[in-house]
Amino acid sequence: MGDAPIRTEQLRKVYGTLVAVDGLDLEVRRGEFFGLLGPNGAGKSTTIGMLTTTVFPTGGRALVSGLDVSRHAADVKRQIGVVSQANTLDRALTVWENLYYHGRFFGVPRPRARARADELLEQFSLTERADSMVFQLSGGLAQRLMLARALVHEPQVLFLDEPTSGIDPQTRINLWRILEDLNRAGQTTLLTTHYMEEADVLCERIAVIDRGKALAVDTPAELKRRYGAETVITLTLEGDPTPLAERAERLDAVRSVERDHQIVRVRASRSEGVLVQLVQEAAALGLTVRDASSLPPSLETVFLNLTGREYRE
Amino acid sequence: MRAWLQTFGALLARDIRVLRRNFGQFLIRTIMQPLLFVFVFAYVFPKIGQGFHGLPNGVSFSTVLVPGLIAVAINFQGIQAVALPLVQEFSVSKEIEDRVLAPVPVWVVGFEKIFAGAVQSLMAAGVVFPIVYLVHAHGEAPVVHVSDPALFAVVLVFACFLAAAMGLFIGTVLDPRKVTLLFAVVVLPLTFLGCIYYPWATLTPILWLKVLVLFNPMVYMSEGLRTSLTPDLPHMPVWAFMFALVGGSIGLGIFSLQTFRRRVVT
Repeated sequence: MGDAPIRTEQLRKVYGTLVAVDGLDLEVRRGEFFGLLGPNGAGKSTTIGMLTTTVFPTGGRALVSGLDVSRHAADVKRQIGVVSQANTLDRALTVWENLYYHGRFFGVPRPRARARADELLEQFSLTERADSMVFQLSGGLAQRLMLARALVHEPQVLFLDEPTSGIDPQTRINLWRILEDLNRAGQTTLLTTHYMEEADVLCERIAVIDRGKALAVDTPAELKRRYGAETVITLTLEGDPTPLAERAERLDAVRSVERDHQIVRVRASRSEGVLVQLVQEAAALGLTVRDASSLPPSLETVFLNLTGREYRE
Repeated sequence: MRAWLQTFGALLARDIRVLRRNFGQFLIRTIMQPLLFVFVFAYVFPKIGQGFHGLPNGVSFSTVLVPGLIAVAINFQGIQAVALPLVQEFSVSKEIEDRVLAPVPVWVVGFEKIFAGAVQSLMAAGVVFPIVYLVHAHGEAPVVHVSDPALFAVVLVFACFLAAAMGLFIGTVLDPRKVTLLFAVVVLPLTFLGCIYYPWATLTPILWLKVLVLFNPMVYMSEGLRTSLTPDLPHMPVWAFMFALVGGSIGLGIFSLQTFRRRVVT
């Protein structure tokens, strides 16, 4: 099939008077790591719900592997693996059984389901816990098992709904590594997150979502470039900073300069080299630099520019 | 369709695995109530000469109890086996979110729960029968004979499905904070007013009750089993309980599956 793994056309979901998703157009390419980034309540989970058949669209279309989610829900479910926000592991089963029976639900033959369960436990360093009941697992291990379970039947598309919310930083970074490895091996992945950093680290392309609409879709780098995200360089000097400010304005990468007492704040179109240039200029003017910092463009600044509102995680 | 059946089979295999693991619990919750009941009413009461001598025509109370207590076992097990785990899956564990992602239409997931509940109900009937048949005082043995095995089989199967369909409905709509009320509000009235301890036909002196209990699905389970196991006792006409059991299983089954679907797909 030449179909895109995920495509939505004017996808809408209305709950009563609340428009949760408002005419969303997305296309995720095969093998891509795609992110839906936005604050809580932006419509990310509703979108994932529609793509995974548990939320029925009010309007528009959503296609997974070319199949309409409203009309071919059972076939769509066969194509996807889902890691939801909540821990949805089967509490009545052991760790190993969670994987084995999941495989069986998806029609994986018994010997293959057994082998897959063993293989995934190994891959996710859970072999020692194979016979534990799942309620004995810590949050991080449960998260890993949920991911392993979503992969048992080798889905075309992997959906991750806020996979690292409420998880400690170390576990989060471990999970990121695993997800990166999977994607490198060709796994098409759609992730929702409200962590800017997560989207930035993992995703090849990001849709910035707010109030049910996609405000922009692009690579993290391109989003930062296009939506005016600039490197902010701040120098604190001893003495009058005016001469340095005047010189800074003449540098080619510099977009704007602000002065505030002994501080010069420069917004630059690139992050490399400008700080060094400014420090050298200050030295040439005989000014002492007490402090200098450079803040590269981030998705936070992108969000700010797209919505006019500050991003709240 | 083949793929659906495969998934259905796997969902069932999972439930059987869990049942095997918790088989002790299954036995205890199935056996306790009927065992104590026949012990007190069919053994202790006759022994100490207290009240309860069955029907006026000399039929022993234990004979009345056999079909009634089997019906209780079926009903109680069907509701409990489906509703209690489902309430958990919807609230605390959220497991249902994953289960409905099995590659079948959502109603198949719900139907499997009814089916698995019905199987457990049937097992409960099998476990309870020897107890209610064998536990009694000397001379108080119940008189049981199955004159129409086909009728008995059909009654048994539809009683089990009806109980499990009630379980799915209750499990889908019940607020988890009110789960403790399940017993008081649903199970007890169904049981005590379910023609367990008295045949429906003998209620004529209390006509309003005789009419009122017709709204209780348990009545048809008890009366169906009474007709099949103890045909000499007065009982409801066959067409009446068959209509209720078959119609009720199908009607409530479809309704509970629709309710279940509406709950999981928003």
